Amino acid sequence: MNSIAMTADSKGDSGAAGNRGGLDIHDHADVSGYETIGEPFVDDPKMSARNVNVYYGDKQAIHNVSLDIGKNEVIAMIGPSGCGKSTFLRTFNRMNDIIPICRMEGDINLDQEDVYRGGQDTVMLRARVGMVFQKPNPFPKSIYENVAYGARIHGLAHTKAELDEIVEKSLRRASLFDEVKEVLDQPGTGLSGGQQQRLCIARAIAVSPEVILMDEPCSALDPIATARIEELIDELKERYTIAIVTHSMQQAARVSQRTAYFHLGKLIEVGATKEVFTMPKHELTENYITGRFG
Amino acid sequence: MSNQPSYKNTEVIQASLKKRYAREKRFQWYGRLAVLIGFTFLFILLFDIVSKGYPAFTQQYIQVSVNFDADRLGVDSSSGEEELYRADYLGIVKNSLREMFPEVSGRKDKRKLYRLVSIGAEYQLRDYAIDNPEVIGKRQDIWLLAHSEAGAYLKGQVTRETPESDRKLKDVQMQWLDSLVQQGRTESRFNTLFFSTGDSREPELAGIKAALYGSFFTLLVTFLLAFPIGVFAAVYLEEFAPRNRLTDLIEININNLAAVPSIVFGLLGLAVFINFFELPRSAPLVGGIVLSLMTLPTIIITSRAAIQSVSPSIRQAALGVGASPLQTVFHHVLPVAMPGILTGSIIGMAQALGESAPLLMIGMVAFIMDVPGGVTDPSTVLPVQIFLWADSPERGFMEKTSAAIMVLMGFLIIMNALAIYLRKRFELK
Repeated sequence: MNSIAMTADSKGDSGAAGNRGGLDIHDHADVSGYETIGEPFVDDPKMSARNVNVYYGDKQAIHNVSLDIGKNEVIAMIGPSGCGKSTFLRTFNRMNDIIPICRMEGDINLDQEDVYRGGQDTVMLRARVGMVFQKPNPFPKSIYENVAYGARIHGLAHTKAELDEIVEKSLRRASLFDEVKEVLDQPGTGLSGGQQQRLCIARAIAVSPEVILMDEPCSALDPIATARIEELIDELKERYTIAIVTHSMQQAARVSQRTAYFHLGKLIEVGATKEVFTMPKHELTENYITGRFG
Repeated sequence: MSNQPSYKNTEVIQASLKKRYAREKRFQWYGRLAVLIGFTFLFILLFDIVSKGYPAFTQQYIQVSVNFDADRLGVDSSSGEEELYRADYLGIVKNSLREMFPEVSGRKDKRKLYRLVSIGAEYQLRDYAIDNPEVIGKRQDIWLLAHSEAGAYLKGQVTRETPESDRKLKDVQMQWLDSLVQQGRTESRFNTLFFSTGDSREPELAGIKAALYGSFFTLLVTFLLAFPIGVFAAVYLEEFAPRNRLTDLIEININNLAAVPSIVFGLLGLAVFINFFELPRSAPLVGGIVLSLMTLPTIIITSRAAIQSVSPSIRQAALGVGASPLQTVFHHVLPVAMPGILTGSIIGMAQALGESAPLLMIGMVAFIMDVPGGVTDPSTVLPVQIFLWADSPERGFMEKTSAAIMVLMGFLIIMNALAIYLRKRFELK
């Protein structure tokens, strides 16, 4: 039964590719000069990537991607596993730097300033561009310490009262304060998965970043916890610019204003979320959002 | 029809189940047997050591009526401490013993009589006279330390069943001791001397205090050198050093060093620290340096493993909020790795505590009576003391050897318990 379905599926795929004369993404030579469909640039970008190539050793993970992230928008990056969307996201705060074999070409700008050259410090960059990871990763310290840590190392608070205020404000913005206000001295690792992820968001916003990068923040959470994070993202976009990588197309549709579809290291299509989901222009995008593969 | 193969499958699985469970049962029994054998050997070892060693924790005393004869001592009631110190106490010990057994005559028998009490008895009397000068010219009952052979008889370790020619304690001495026992003039006490003196030629006077202090100072030097150097080397190699040929070479060499026989480190210490740098011989300072060289690979390897096992997500989290690499290591990686680092270090220290071979090479095998007061005083360590006593022919040293082993094992157990306690404490945080 299963094998029959698979055969039909692959037939459908190859047939579609043949019919539309579209791009065969598996042929690298064919896509070297591939131009993204849609409009990757915005008028007033907070961050912008230009001609970004990323290599892991000899293997190229990102092929010549250019994309803007607009001020106070939520941009979703979607695509099948291994398409490079997480790698691309991590170029924005130079998290790939800690991987020794990883090499990056191209420009990433934050407020028109190049973050890789031009004397940008990674400590400063990561204070301005915060990150929330796929798996909730609170420090094995108290809830209070988790949130206070960033503010403390950057010297953002001079007194205990100021620090308390930052912690409370951040926890409130992450809509976690009411749940944990009695147990601030308990270890953050003792919270539930959803609470841990909101704690990580609180930790990221305690440093008052301008941009928050989220790398599949809900992939380890149940639907209820996911819904709470999505609500939170909606509230956070008032103050912050957010780029979110997600596996869930519903999530992308719900939280983002723009959506970028990646496939095998290339940015295939980008546009307003509504348009991408209702009228995908590229056949690969269409296949992905209609659930043919991914 | 489609059920046929699956039904057959259940049969096949059923048939193999018995075999599989039997195999598991058998394996469990092998395991139990292995644990049992291990425990049996451990029990035999412990039983042997404890049964040989526990008599060393008691000591026999003989009550002698001592006549502090002022003429014989060459002092009078107005004598100062200096004169009392130099007086002839051996004479009054002998005199007092002759008075208790007036029937003893002849040089040989008299010598045997004097051997009932320890050579230390005269110093015991000296200290007593200095503390209580009013005793001069009077008669006083005093408990004197028994000679180790006499003590062994009183403890029941030597009996008349052994032919007289095969034992040091002769029949006539045994008779005297029997009469002392009848008079209630013998007593068994807890051996405080064992913990309060250094080594001695006389088993009944020998103690482990000097060796304990020597071990303490040696381990102190070892810890102060090996722990910081080992941890910083591990942090640098694991977190900051580039991966290239040089660091690979360093890593291979560290692993090789861990397998170098310990006596080689002793030779190195002799050649470099004593002959070239002219550091003091037999000193805990040199011993500590040598042992820290020996312990370093253990600490570096275990610390690196502990640092490696820290989840990368914690590093990413710290870097993600803008912590510098150094802050990431000191605020997040090291606290999480600390239990592992401490466990490795304490295992290394326990190894150093039990090490004797390299210390033989740097002269810590010398006969040390005085308790060392610092890291440059000549001293010995517990395992070397055990080695020295095990090498001595007197029967009294046999029990001392086992007793010293018990003390050494006690310290090893304390150190391991400390390692577990620290690990639990850090894990809770």
